[in-house]
Amino acid sequence: MNVVVCIKQVPDPNSVGQLDPSTHTLRREGVEVVLDPGDEYGIEAGLQLVETHGGEVTVVSMAPEKGLDAIRKALAMGAAKGVLITDPALAGADALTTAKVLAAAIKRQPFDLVITATESTDGYTGTVPQMLGALLGVPSVTFAKHLDGDGQKLTVQRQTESGYDVIAATLPAVLSVTAGVNEPRYPSLKGIMAAKSKPVDKLALGDLGLETPKPGQTITSVQPAEERKAGEIVEDDGEGAKRIVGFLEAQKVI
Amino acid sequence: MAGTTWVFAEIVDGKPVAVTLELLTKARSLGGTVEAVAFSPVAEAAAATLGEYGATTVYAGTDPAYAELLLGGPAADALAKLAQEHSPDLILIGATYTGRDVAGRLAALIDAPVIANGLDVAANGDITVQSAIFGATQVVQTKFDSSGPKVALIRAKSFAAEPGGGGAPKLVKIDAPIDEKHRAAKMVESKADTATGPKLEEAAVVISGGRGLQDPKNFDLLHQVADLVHGAVGASRAVVDAGWVPYAMQVGQTGKTVKPTVYIACGISGAMQHTVGMKGSKNIVAINKDADAPIFKLADLGIVGDTLKILPQLIDELKARKG
Ligand SMILES: Cc1cc2nc3c(=O)[nH]c(=O)nc-3n(C[C@H](O)[C@H](O)[C@H](O)COP(=O)(O)OP(=O)(O)OC[C@H]3O[C@@H](n4cnc5c(N)ncnc54)[C@H](O)[C@@H]3O)c2cc1C
Ligand SMILES: Nc1ncnc2c1ncn2[C@@H]1O[C@H](COP(=O)(O)O)[C@@H](O)[C@H]1O
Repeated sequence: MNVVVCIKQVPDPNSVGQLDPSTHTLRREGVEVVLDPGDEYGIEAGLQLVETHGGEVTVVSMAPEKGLDAIRKALAMGAAKGVLITDPALAGADALTTAKVLAAAIKRQPFDLVITATESTDGYTGTVPQMLGALLGVPSVTFAKHLDGDGQKLTVQRQTESGYDVIAATLPAVLSVTAGVNEPRYPSLKGIMAAKSKPVDKLALGDLGLETPKPGQTITSVQPAEERKAGEIVEDDGEGAKRIVGFLEAQKVI
Repeated sequence: MAGTTWVFAEIVDGKPVAVTLELLTKARSLGGTVEAVAFSPVAEAAAATLGEYGATTVYAGTDPAYAELLLGGPAADALAKLAQEHSPDLILIGATYTGRDVAGRLAALIDAPVIANGLDVAANGDITVQSAIFGATQVVQTKFDSSGPKVALIRAKSFAAEPGGGGAPKLVKIDAPIDEKHRAAKMVESKADTATGPKLEEAAVVISGGRGLQDPKNFDLLHQVADLVHGAVGASRAVVDAGWVPYAMQVGQTGKTVKPTVYIACGISGAMQHTVGMKGSKNIVAINKDADAPIFKLADLGIVGDTLKILPQLIDELKARKG
């Protein structure tokens, strides 16, 4: 089966993000970029499927040139090839533009299943997987926390507000996976060596027959949020529990 | 003035979910016409409630198949068609799982931008959505530049739901055949993670546990406290990912937003992805053995100590108090 996994490169989630005050885009200088930890689950899910049912995993990413590092990591984990869409016109692209670009790149080859994370760690609009489904004309099976499948069908536990639904779907489809759906592997040394010679297709907007996107939204202001102030912090001297009971009483919740 | 605002009405167990009523309340305050669009075999039965919260018209899709399909696909198709006929100015959708499915597909179908993670929306000439980034340390205003309907995904609990005393809404049946491709994904079973007591989003007291609880079985201490104070139990993502407790208990950026009267964080460090889901609580109590844990920066009452020692004492105190 042909599995496409969409992966994003994001600023290290352990660093505190900053916006450029003039352009309102994410400041990238001096910030490490990494493969979005959320996307490792998608890569792992794709690899497990092709390892059991045959076929290969292609990773697709829309990113600046540096995004190649994220693709190499996915290739080191075991993906067969990569597609990197890089174009200066795509800087600051919104979710819909991103989805259009990814869909155009995905359509260049046959696919049975497209896998994404449920949301990216930096942008977290959480709408790209659904947009991809609409643009590719297939169902989006979203928020999977457990997955069984083969070349024809999928059975997924999809998160809901109160528990989960079991969804049975036939392919082709888009699938979005949550953290916890599997245990992503680490790239092996052999994998890292092999990744260097795996093919990566580099595309620009023109190669996809797309025009420069028009932004549909503008950030008009960014301001610090009102912060809560710390209250009383005490060392537990055996009276901690009593203090909490007193607090609950004062708030009239007990 | 917002012209016409539509609210996507999500129906669960025959009733509109809380965020739908919150959005209708907000839509009323924007001025203009407020209408709801619902997809459920029992959508018509929910119309009265939608009217009570401000919808003057309810568009209702009642195909029985809505109950057994992933709703996002067919609902987005029907909404796109309806939006082309009626050109609403703004479509508000609650950021639930189904809401996100609908919003993403709809935006792609009508080629309109969607602004996600909204916490507020303003309509004065332009339509602007407020959201928070970097663990809610920064507040961002984003304005739609596009013409045509604007789609905004709004987080639950952003507004209080208040009935508006409107009369019975006009009911308009949606006639939109479900495209064959959506039948490829079927819901075969629905499971609820069993929880007793009040719901996490509604409880006046929420007591949450993190990795500091050391062992999944210690969550039982939290349940005992919750039972004694008629509260609900929440969790950090670290322990949800570790499989200690179900995801339905997760509080934070990728979990639930809670705003109880008192939130008690036990053995939770206070990462910004967690605090974004609870910093709107009226009061915060934190127990952590590390005096430098970031959670103490927001706590009204912080206890530096071992939560595994304090929780049993708290249970005893609460029991003694009850007599
Ligand atoms: C994209 C993204 C989304 C995320 N979404 C969420 C989300 O929705 N919700 C969420 O919670 N997290 C989320 N996270 C994860 C978040 O960054 C933190 O990793 C997580 O909240 C940490 O959980 P924790 O506080 O339980 O664990 P830790 O950070 O490991 O903290 C455990 C704490 O327990 C204390 N402790 C240990 N033993 C004891 C004891 N005996 N008594 C008292 N205290 C003790 C320690 O001092 C420590 O402060 C997200 C992360 C990312 C990247
Ligand atoms: N630029 C991108 N390149 C590849 N995949 C992406 C990109 N942006 C988003 N995705 C995928 O879509 C998911 C959801 O992203 P988002 O809607 O931005 O939260 C991500 O976790 C990725 O799997």
